[in-house]
Amino acid sequence: MTLSAEESVADEGRHPIPVLPDAPVRREYRRRFDLLRAVSWLASASVVVLLVFILGEILTKAFPAVHRFGLGFVTGIQWSPNRDVFGVLPVILGTVESSLLALALALPLGLAIALFLSENFLPDSVRQAIRFVVELLAAIPSVVYGLWGIFVIIPLVQSLGGLLARHLGFIPLFEGPAYGNSLLTASLVLALMVLPTITAISRTALVAVPNSLREGAYALGATRWEAILGVIIPTAAPGIVASTILAFGRAMGETMAVAMLIGNSQRLSWSLLSPSNTLAALLANQFAEAEGIQINALMYAAILLVLLTLVVNMAGEAVLRRTQKATAGLA
Amino acid sequence: MTSEENQPSSRTLELTDDFVPGESNFIKVDDFKFYYGEKRVLHGITLEIPSRKVTAFIGPSGCGKSTLLRNFNRMNELIPGIRHEGDITIHGTSIFDPSVEIIALRRRIGMVFQKSNPFPMSIYENIVYPLRITGERNKALFDETVERCLRSAALWDEVKDRLHDSALGLSGGQMQRLCIARAVASRPEILLMDEPCSALDPIATAKVEELIMELKKDFTIVIVTHNMQQASRVSDLTAFFYLGNLIEMGDTRSIFTNPAKKQTEEYITGRFG
Repeated sequence: MTLSAEESVADEGRHPIPVLPDAPVRREYRRRFDLLRAVSWLASASVVVLLVFILGEILTKAFPAVHRFGLGFVTGIQWSPNRDVFGVLPVILGTVESSLLALALALPLGLAIALFLSENFLPDSVRQAIRFVVELLAAIPSVVYGLWGIFVIIPLVQSLGGLLARHLGFIPLFEGPAYGNSLLTASLVLALMVLPTITAISRTALVAVPNSLREGAYALGATRWEAILGVIIPTAAPGIVASTILAFGRAMGETMAVAMLIGNSQRLSWSLLSPSNTLAALLANQFAEAEGIQINALMYAAILLVLLTLVVNMAGEAVLRRTQKATAGLA
Repeated sequence: MTSEENQPSSRTLELTDDFVPGESNFIKVDDFKFYYGEKRVLHGITLEIPSRKVTAFIGPSGCGKSTLLRNFNRMNELIPGIRHEGDITIHGTSIFDPSVEIIALRRRIGMVFQKSNPFPMSIYENIVYPLRITGERNKALFDETVERCLRSAALWDEVKDRLHDSALGLSGGQMQRLCIARAVASRPEILLMDEPCSALDPIATAKVEELIMELKKDFTIVIVTHNMQQASRVSDLTAFFYLGNLIEMGDTRSIFTNPAKKQTEEYITGRFG
C-alpha cells in the first residue's frame, strides 16, 4: 500500500481508503509473525532431519550386509545365521501374504460395519455405541492381541485347520499339518487389528456423501440397497481406498502380535496353515540375540520393510489421487 | 427387492394406459394435512393439478410448498417422525394406498432438486442409472435413452463427444440439465422440480426455463419457485401458499394480473416474502 494518510484524507468526498496501522504497531505484528514463521520452519525442518537420520543410521548399519549379499539377500530362501547364509524371500512373501489375507478378511467386514454406522439402519444411540466399541478395538495393545490369539485363535486354527488339511489338503494352500502358529493365525488377528482403521475411515467417507445424492437415488426409485451399492459406495470410494491402504501399511508393519502368532519360520511354503514370518516379526525376534553380520542382515531386512511400506503408500496415493480426480467437484 | 416391485401390478403403474391429455384433475390433493412430529406444517390443502401443464407453487420460505411437492413422490418418508392426514391421488389412485409400491411410484415421478445432484460417474452412467436399477442390461436401449434424454434436456450437442467423462466436470447449468435428463430417463408421467434454478446464473436459468416449456408436451410438471418472474414465465397455473395454507390457485395470468386475495397481491408485488 503506497497511499499515505494525508492522501486518503485529501481525497474527501469519496470513501476514505483504510490506512494501515501506525508503524510501531505494524512492526510489532511483523515481529510476532516472524517468530511464528521461525518456529514452524524449525519444526518442519526437524522432521526432515530426523527422517534422514533414521534412514542414514539403518543404511550405514545395513551396508556391510548389502555389500556382502547384494540382491541375493532378497531372492535367497535360506536364513541360517550360524552358517552366515541370509535370504529373506520367504519372509517378504510372508509379510505381503499375511497382510493381504488380513485385508481380504477385514475389508468386507469393516465396510459392512461402516455402512451400518453411516446409514440410518439403527437408532443413533445404538450406532454411537457400536462405533465406540469398534474404536475401542484400536486401543487394545498389540501384545494383548497376541496373547488372545495364543489362547483363542491358535486352538481354533489347530482344530479347523486340521479339518481343512484333511479334506482339502490336496490344495497347496491348505496343506497340512496344521500347526497352531501359522500364517492364517496371524492374518486372523491382523484382520481384527486393522478393522478399526478400515471402519473409522470408511465411515467418515460414507457420512461425507452429500445427502442430495441419496435423495437423488431414492427419487429415481432406487431401493436402499441399490442406492448404497450404486451411488453411496462409489462416491465414498476414495475414502474406502484410503482406509484400505492405511490398513495394509499397518498390517505390514505390525510386529508384536504377529511375532507371537506366526510361528517364525523362514521356510518357503504355500500353505496358510504352516508357520511363516514377516519382516517386522523377524527383526523383533532375532535382533536381541543377533551379533556380527546378522545385525547387518537384519538392518538390510529393515530397509526392505521400509521400501515395501513406501511402495504401498505411494501406490495407494496414486490410486487415491485418481479416484479423487474422478469425484472432484462434488460438493 | 420383493417380487411385487417387479410386477407392473400396482395401479399407479398403469397411468399411461388411459392417459387423457389435459385431464383437469390428474393429481388431486384432498384436505391434506402434514406433520413433522407434533408440528403441523400443512393445514388441509385441497387442489387439483392438470396433466401436461406446468403448475407453479409460489410463496415465502416455510410456506409448505416444497413439503407438499415432496409428498407427491413420498420423499418426505425419508424423514423420521412424519405423518399425514387426508389424501393425494394420481389418476384416481391414492399414492398412500398399501398396494402402491413406493419404489414403483418414484419411478413414475421424476424429481429435480434445488441443488443439482449428478452422481460421481460418467454422464452416460448417470442417465442409464434409473434403467440399471430396474435390471435393464440392453446396451442398445441405453444408447438410445442417453441420446433421447440428453436431447430432450437440450444437452446433447454440448456433451455428445464426452459422454464417458465424469458428470462432475460439467458447468452448474449443465449439471442441472443432466439431472433433468436423468429424471426423464425412466419415462415418468410427472416431473417435480424443487426450485431447479435457484443455484443457476441467468443464462443457465433461461435454458432450463426453455426446457420446461418444451417438456410440458410430454410431462405434467409441478415446479416450486421463489422467483416470481419465473412462475409467470413458465407456468400455466399458479398456486400461492402462505404459512401452510393454500391461499389461492388459478390461471397464472389471472393470479399475476388480477389476484383475488389481498395476500397474493402483496406477495407477488413484493410487499412481503
